[in-house]
Amino acid sequence: MTLTDRDGTETRAIRHAWDRAGKRRRATSLLLVAPLLVYVLLAFMLPIGMMLYKAVENVELLKAVPQTAAALSRWTPQDQGELPPDAVFTTFLQEVSAAPRNLVGEAARRLNYEVSGYRTLLTSTIRKLRTLPDGLAEEGAARRFLADIDKRWEEPGYWHAMKRASPAYTPYYMLAAVDLAVDDTGRIVQAPEEQRTYIDILLRTLKTAAVVTAACVLLGYPLANLMVVAPRPFSIALIIAVMLPFWTSLLARTSAWIVLLQREGLVNSLLGSLGLIREPLELIFNTTGLYIVMIHMMLPFMVLPLYSTMKGIPSHFMKASASLGAHPVRGFLNVYLPMTLPGVGAGVLLTFIVTAGYYITPSLVASARDQMIGYFIAFFANTTINWGMASALGIILLVCTVVVYFLAARTVGVRQLAGLK
Amino acid sequence: MEPGNIVEFVGVQKTYDGRTVVIENLSLSVRQGEFLTLLGGSGSGKTTTLMMLAGFETPTRGHILVKGKPIEHLPPHRRGIGVVFQNYALFPHMTVAQNLAYPLRMRKRSREEIQSKVGKAIEMVRLEGMQNRRPSELSGGQQQRVALARALVFEPDLVLMDEPLGALDKTLREHMQYEIKQIHRELGVTMVYVTHDQSEALAMSDRIAIFERGAVAQIASPQELYEQPASVFVAGFIGENNILSGRSEGTDDSGRGRVLLDCGRTVRMRSADGFAEAGRPLKIAVRPEHLVVGSAARDRLNQCEGKIADTTYLGDHLRALVDIGGGQTMVVRKPLLDFARPPVIGEKILIGWNEGDGRVFA
Repeated sequence: MTLTDRDGTETRAIRHAWDRAGKRRRATSLLLVAPLLVYVLLAFMLPIGMMLYKAVENVELLKAVPQTAAALSRWTPQDQGELPPDAVFTTFLQEVSAAPRNLVGEAARRLNYEVSGYRTLLTSTIRKLRTLPDGLAEEGAARRFLADIDKRWEEPGYWHAMKRASPAYTPYYMLAAVDLAVDDTGRIVQAPEEQRTYIDILLRTLKTAAVVTAACVLLGYPLANLMVVAPRPFSIALIIAVMLPFWTSLLARTSAWIVLLQREGLVNSLLGSLGLIREPLELIFNTTGLYIVMIHMMLPFMVLPLYSTMKGIPSHFMKASASLGAHPVRGFLNVYLPMTLPGVGAGVLLTFIVTAGYYITPSLVASARDQMIGYFIAFFANTTINWGMASALGIILLVCTVVVYFLAARTVGVRQLAGLK
Repeated sequence: MEPGNIVEFVGVQKTYDGRTVVIENLSLSVRQGEFLTLLGGSGSGKTTTLMMLAGFETPTRGHILVKGKPIEHLPPHRRGIGVVFQNYALFPHMTVAQNLAYPLRMRKRSREEIQSKVGKAIEMVRLEGMQNRRPSELSGGQQQRVALARALVFEPDLVLMDEPLGALDKTLREHMQYEIKQIHRELGVTMVYVTHDQSEALAMSDRIAIFERGAVAQIASPQELYEQPASVFVAGFIGENNILSGRSEGTDDSGRGRVLLDCGRTVRMRSADGFAEAGRPLKIAVRPEHLVVGSAARDRLNQCEGKIADTTYLGDHLRALVDIGGGQTMVVRKPLLDFARPPVIGEKILIGWNEGDGRVFA
């Protein structure tokens, strides 16, 4: 009997019973995954969210000189040659002399991102600020006092920079990560030529990932196919050969490659003793080395999804193709290749994304000019403690990853990528 | 090569590992336009035979001739033989129409020709309106029809089918048997069909080749196989049969062979072959439907008394297992009305048959 055969109340009662049964089932399964959800939330989502927030957070000045920052935010200069009102100078002088040293230090570092040399200006000013003179409230007194310490305090550019660093949120890091900046008039412009590096780094990262991915497809596809069609003992040996490096420590493998590829390494000495080369080849600490090692690192990421896809394709499809008159090559192109595309898509996605974010191996085997975005994120996070820049570059990498994912999902389909269909 | 034969296997042998022989000295011919079924249990070599003909396996010895030419070294894609696979092997990433167009595209036919032939093929298997569906969106029976149409669309002279109906339920299977048979009649194409289902083989075939351990035990029409099986194996394989063993007791005055069954009773058979040598072990086969029971059995030449060991009610008839002693049982299959009263397990029953109803195997 269908629901339409029953009257309204009965139908509703059935619905309710069904809903209740479903709710209980859902609650149970939710309870079972609750520990995982809590873990993911606390150990993964929260830190990432906080990290991403750092890319726009801008509290250094607000913490050190809150009233100055507020006053600068209210100030609306008519042109870039204009100085802020005298009251701002007075407030700044009073606040900065009273502020704790560490907060001023952080504010100085933040200001230095805007104009290089700001840090020395501020710190040297602080040092000379032991005692504040009386009568600062007088017209222009505070400004003259600051200008006596350092002439630069009368240059409007420094005040415009401080205004830009004052709000609680800043586009500075995100813009800098794509070689842009805000000028004194508030327009978004290209960063000064000597600072335009990040677009290059991004393009280099994408190019490296693309080359490594393409090489992995070309090398991995026949390998995965061989693993599927080879007789059993041989195919097991191949699977182990693919998996073994995967299980070995990343650092151990990278170091092994350095040993093999360096100037006096195994490869060069072998080629030399065979008389094939006179001078040792430069195989590592350059682009060649980066590609050789990265392709080796990434091959399992390509081969494993391909293998599992190919394993699921019964041989009768190619037999059917042949029985219908297709030469094996045409059968491969028309039948086998399209059927393995989900595996190729999954492998490409995995390889590309992992390569684009790779850090350790490139930092060990590539030259400074080959470094990818991951290196610079680590550089800002560990060396210069510029969390804003590290986060902004991280966001750029994340955006690239998401874009690549959607491209793959559009061409191959999400369900196919996940191996669901 | 005999005229009228499209395929001939001449002394074909096949081994996969160099030790066990799957096909032993096979000689088999397929007549132009016939529906030939290769019937046998698993491991009997029927599928291997079909795969050798399709080109996916090569014989280790012997020749396979198609239209008089040896083809054992011709790759499958140049044989022009249509094949329907057990699990259809429809290309999942192509629509029904694309699947059907595939063999024509491979033959570089014009767009118009492809379109019209695909249209006709779809009509033939009655899948109008399904052109743009993917195989995964079709039912099992519809997939089966697409597979059939795809193997026929390029108009091969010969179509091979490897247990094509194995995955379908009983009703659908019987319906498809009928449809395949009808297509065969309409197109006049030669079909070689592999199955392990003897009722399917009986229903569809012009001739059936029964495979037994890599060799053909008998090749004949369904009626001949059923009524005149050439061996005990065939007698037991096709339809139900009561196979009883005994010894020859020579012939009686009217030239009928006398057999002393293991149960101690002597029965007489029409055939006199193999009876000359008294004491020689023989086997006789009697179909359950040829047996009569009760009072009707009294006027039969051969009679056996036994005890009912088991009964199964099957609606239109009743199947009774009768213990006739000497470790031998016989199956009786009769409408319930033919029994004097519903048989009860443990009850005594008289079974009878005429001398012409049985077959004797030396």
